[in-house]
Amino acid sequence: MKKSFLFFSSVVLMLAMAACNKSISDRTANLPPEDPGNLDLTAGSWKTVLLSRPDTFPVAAPAATNSTAYVADLNEIKGYQHTITSDQRNTIRYWAAGGVLRWNEILRGLVAKYNLAPYQNPDGTYPIPSSANPFAYPQFPFANPPYAARAFAYVAAAQYDALVACWYYKTKYNRVAPYKADSSVQPIEVNKTDLPAYPSEAAVLAGVTAEMMKLLFPDEIASIQQKAEEQELATIMSGAAARSDVTAGEALGRQVAQQFIARGRADNASKAVGTPADWENFVTVAMGLGQTPWYSLETPQRPPMLPLFSKVKPFLFDSATVSTFRPGPPPSTNSDQMRQDAEEVYNVIKNPSRDNIRIVQFWADGIGTYTPPGHWNAIAAEDFVLQNYSEVRFARNMALLDMGMMDAAIVCWDIKYYYFNPRPTQLNPLIKTLTGIPNFPSYVSGHSVFSGAASTILGYLLPQNASKYQSMAEEAARSRFVGGIHYRTDCEVGIGVGNSVGEYAVQRAQTDGAN
Amino acid sequence: MNNRKWVFVKIFAVIAVLSFYRGNAQTENDGIMMKKNQWCNGATYMYSSWDEYWEGTYKRNNQNIGTVTTQSVMFMSNYGISDKLNVLASLPYVWTHASAGTLHGMNGLQDVMVSLKWKAVIFDVAKGKLSLFGVGSFSTPASDYTIDFLPMSIGLGSTDLTGRITADYQKGIFYTTLSGAYVWRSNVKIDRNAYYTTEQHNTNEVEMPDQLNFNLNVGIRKKYLVAEVNVENVTTLGGFDIRKNDMPFVSNRMNATSLGVHAKYTLPFFTHIEVLGGGGYVIAGRNVGQAVMFHAGAYYIFKL
Repeated sequence: MKKSFLFFSSVVLMLAMAACNKSISDRTANLPPEDPGNLDLTAGSWKTVLLSRPDTFPVAAPAATNSTAYVADLNEIKGYQHTITSDQRNTIRYWAAGGVLRWNEILRGLVAKYNLAPYQNPDGTYPIPSSANPFAYPQFPFANPPYAARAFAYVAAAQYDALVACWYYKTKYNRVAPYKADSSVQPIEVNKTDLPAYPSEAAVLAGVTAEMMKLLFPDEIASIQQKAEEQELATIMSGAAARSDVTAGEALGRQVAQQFIARGRADNASKAVGTPADWENFVTVAMGLGQTPWYSLETPQRPPMLPLFSKVKPFLFDSATVSTFRPGPPPSTNSDQMRQDAEEVYNVIKNPSRDNIRIVQFWADGIGTYTPPGHWNAIAAEDFVLQNYSEVRFARNMALLDMGMMDAAIVCWDIKYYYFNPRPTQLNPLIKTLTGIPNFPSYVSGHSVFSGAASTILGYLLPQNASKYQSMAEEAARSRFVGGIHYRTDCEVGIGVGNSVGEYAVQRAQTDGAN
Repeated sequence: MNNRKWVFVKIFAVIAVLSFYRGNAQTENDGIMMKKNQWCNGATYMYSSWDEYWEGTYKRNNQNIGTVTTQSVMFMSNYGISDKLNVLASLPYVWTHASAGTLHGMNGLQDVMVSLKWKAVIFDVAKGKLSLFGVGSFSTPASDYTIDFLPMSIGLGSTDLTGRITADYQKGIFYTTLSGAYVWRSNVKIDRNAYYTTEQHNTNEVEMPDQLNFNLNVGIRKKYLVAEVNVENVTTLGGFDIRKNDMPFVSNRMNATSLGVHAKYTLPFFTHIEVLGGGGYVIAGRNVGQAVMFHAGAYYIFKL
């Protein structure tokens, strides 16, 4: 009987464990509501990216807080607050941690969702995603690292310009928040501040971001619209904004987005895939220089990833500047030096240490992930949250980072296709890798350029963390060497190139009026 | 030696990823326990390979991995605490290899497993014997292998508790075994701190769905020879499908049904030694490889 007791109690124990909660939560799931140390009330005069003036798009003066229209707005809020549920409180708390933060997280999720290389056709060719037919397979876009870098930059820059305009009107009209206008409206799950409420910054973010999906993730217009409405309702329920604050904010955000969409449609990204003639030309040029040209190590061979991304119009400098970042060439593919470099990769990959595997996995950011730019967005956003930034400063810093990384992608792609250098495994097929080999040339490492740019920009914005960012960037770069997919030189030179691109964002930051 | 079965179940469940051995094809479901103070030790070599796999429900090959082969050598020990209560332990060393593409093979010690097997009751039914068994198992990684490099990873990294109930019916030399288990799997941690399933997660912790495992074995059981055919099913209670052209992930919904054969032979002239062998084939699956599998082993039994 003793044994049966033991047995059945263990069965009971197992059932109990089966029932126990294994649910996991994100690092940013339970952040407190934002509590800006500085409201940045002068942000209406900060230097914008595309808007020629903060009042390019007019926003009509709001009704007075004693008007019947505004009283109706207050009554709407009171109605929500009267019956507020715990789910609604959770939604408010989610958005109250920061609109720029949450939209950045959502965008990272979209990038991961769409970062899948198309499956081949039966004849061994590959279909190309089409923005004209985004719902058909392969879905548009394939959010690979250059595409992602550009998407992060457009969203962040548009959010920033829209919030500068928002702040301009906030201080111009100076209409208080509902929880200040009427003592019977409570601040729910938000901190009470003196920030003028008209137009609502939450609604500006909802409007500008939802609008940008039309350019970047057309399959997600509907799902993002739902998020935008959720954010707007949350800010109303919280007592931070009235319906009229939200209506004006959303309209402003959507108008600002139009300028970025127009730029995006003409920035050459749509032509970055190139044509078979373009692809062949890279081979011809490399062979003409006596070099072994890069070829795709996928089976069937896949056309190179976005070979004309170098022609995309940068944010921080003009197109003519792109080629000035080009470093000297890698060792000739026929040289002893190149053979030694490949041998070095082989030796480091032969019996990988667990710690090298960890580094490779941590920074891999490959297929199905939010890519290296997304990784640096996550690093930045989670550090910015600790700074108690206003929304407009949060947006400004993300925009600096993301414009820097988009331009880093342009510069890096220019170098990659200028030299068209083979991957280590192409020169030595014994080199097996700890992550997938990206389908583009080796020199210089994209991770290294992204990380060099990001660490320079973040190190300027948060000097107390500068050495941390630098060592992260070095680890990210090194991960590509110890993962077997890059020569050491690709990484070391790549970081330097990234640092130089990042300096352009730093220069902008020094002169944008936000310091 | 009836208990080796549980060990194989574990190998099955863990290698399950896209590589995947199924040792449940073992014959051990014979309702015979190690007698008190009997001790069995041995090793089994297992081989599994596949070149087609199910990406969700879509079956495909992948020329960038070619044929994925998993080999393992598993050490196993089974001791009779009493005629009705046995304790088992096992530990495999696993190697993976892809025949095409560039992905690096992995190798290392996988999961250590300890089980208690209890022969609860025996009934006389229709001139045969019906035995009921209960088994509880605990397993956990024996090394810090990487789990986020499927299909090359050697295991899934979860700490598992398994509760199993088995019924074995023998009449003459013929027997039938039916067994079912619930596998509670702990969450796991990966080297990344963000990943996408059907949504983005910003954490290094991955929620692992539990699993059910069933097998049905039919065969003959004689003094020196046991031989059977078997069918086994593993069903993951949750998880998600591999997306088109995506990489597999630890918390995928990995399901598989396989058919197998297995035989065990005790050397009549030296009954301390048993040899065994068998094979199997996955006939249906989801987010796993369509593996063909073989195993062979030898055990030495003595009384302490």
